[in-house]
Amino acid sequence: MGDSIVQFLETWSPIDIVLIAQNFDRFLWGALTTLELTLISLVVGGILSIPLAIIRAGNNPFLNAPVWLFTYVFRGTPLLVQTYLIYYGLGQFEWIRETFLWGPILSQAWYCALIAFSLNTAAYTTELLRGSIVNTNRGEVEAAKACGFSSPMRMRRIVLPSAFRRALPAYSNEVIFMLHGSVVASTITIQDLLGVGRWLNGRYYLAYEGFITAAVLYFIIVLAVSRGFRFWEKHWLQHLYPREALEVKPAKGAASFRI
Amino acid sequence: MKFRKLMMAMTAAVMMLGMGSVQAADLRVGVEGAYPPFSWKESDGTLKGFDIEIAEAICAEMKRKCVLIEQDWDGMIPALKARKFDTIIASMSITEERKKQVNFSDKYYNTPAKFVARKGAGLEISKEGLKGKRIGLQRGTTHQCFMEKMYPDAELVLYGTQDEVFQDLAIGRIDAQFSDSIAADDGFLKTDAGKDFEFTGADQHDEACHGPGAGMTVRKSDDELRMELNKALKAIRANGVYQKINAKYFEFDIFGG
Repeated sequence: MGDSIVQFLETWSPIDIVLIAQNFDRFLWGALTTLELTLISLVVGGILSIPLAIIRAGNNPFLNAPVWLFTYVFRGTPLLVQTYLIYYGLGQFEWIRETFLWGPILSQAWYCALIAFSLNTAAYTTELLRGSIVNTNRGEVEAAKACGFSSPMRMRRIVLPSAFRRALPAYSNEVIFMLHGSVVASTITIQDLLGVGRWLNGRYYLAYEGFITAAVLYFIIVLAVSRGFRFWEKHWLQHLYPREALEVKPAKGAASFRI
Repeated sequence: MKFRKLMMAMTAAVMMLGMGSVQAADLRVGVEGAYPPFSWKESDGTLKGFDIEIAEAICAEMKRKCVLIEQDWDGMIPALKARKFDTIIASMSITEERKKQVNFSDKYYNTPAKFVARKGAGLEISKEGLKGKRIGLQRGTTHQCFMEKMYPDAELVLYGTQDEVFQDLAIGRIDAQFSDSIAADDGFLKTDAGKDFEFTGADQHDEACHGPGAGMTVRKSDDELRMELNKALKAIRANGVYQKINAKYFEFDIFGG
């Protein structure tokens, strides 16, 4: 039975499914590397972006200017260039190769990608959060002031929680962009999902098989991510949706009414 | 009336066919440009190297105009199949695995493959010696096939171009690299960056992976072009053009036995 299925696929399938099946574990390992890189850089970048966004939303020019420069540079240059600068660029300097950072971190492709991705997503998330902080409803801030909240407390208790929630839909885009951007890792020798696709193409000279399998797996990951965000948006942004009219069951004999 | 129209159409068709054979179409050649001394790119963007000059010589022999089209190495065969060019002249080894996808002319050179490591690194070329060692090589080459077959315990680090392999070997990200010996010698060991490095171990050869040498690659449906390329190759071997180009780049005949 198994043999006849294999034979059927080998004869009739336009792409070499048997070869994909034989190497599918490699693709799963690749997917794991992709997820790992994307998730860790989102966490690192996310944590970095919170203080940076608060600085960008405030009006201290000495703090604001360097953060602005940072986001401008990282949003203004392609991720591929940033990754190359860190991987190939830094390695060019002998004094960097002699620091303690070289052996454990900068000589490793994985860490170079992680640094580039984290800084890149930090820059985008900073600007995204800044917009969200600036657009906080005035009334909420004034109410907190009236209740005697200090400025840091206002930020922590009122502005940030609300800003995070409102940034959620835009942030889901950033997550998907970062996932797609992580293919850059394959250009600096990391065997991520695309890297495995390229390996297969390099080994068997079959472009479709490798890249279609990678594409399908990326698609599945993005589907899961966007589903997850939709769920969280429903959960955390409930208070912003137009309220559905509640039908109140009329008491006997009374006219029905809506609240 | 109808008959006259048919006659005119047929005459036109015959004339067009005739013109086609008089003025040969351009030969579009896929080349790489990141594999010195076989092909590299000057700072002004012009392509140079042994492969490039062989391509020009073949075109001249065939009396067709050469259009060189640059292509990343791991997209070579897909691009040939997608008709972005008609032949690849880019040091592509003739192998069984590739013959499943494309066809080859006769070989136009054959040089052995070798490991390169830092001087005095004491790397032993054996299954045990290479176990867990980071070996850099260019993705999609015969060397990938060779390493996966002969030394499966080595950690392969795959690069898009040979230049990147040398770069990372020089700064110590990989323990050794495996490639064509000529490419390693001229592209790295003889340069400033490669002065602390040397060939390690003997020539490496596996018939199934490395094949008989580098050939010009054509689509399976283009057998006529394959024959023309073979004829042109024989001609430039016989009239000394090949030897002249060879001497410009190498001290010995790289055509091989």
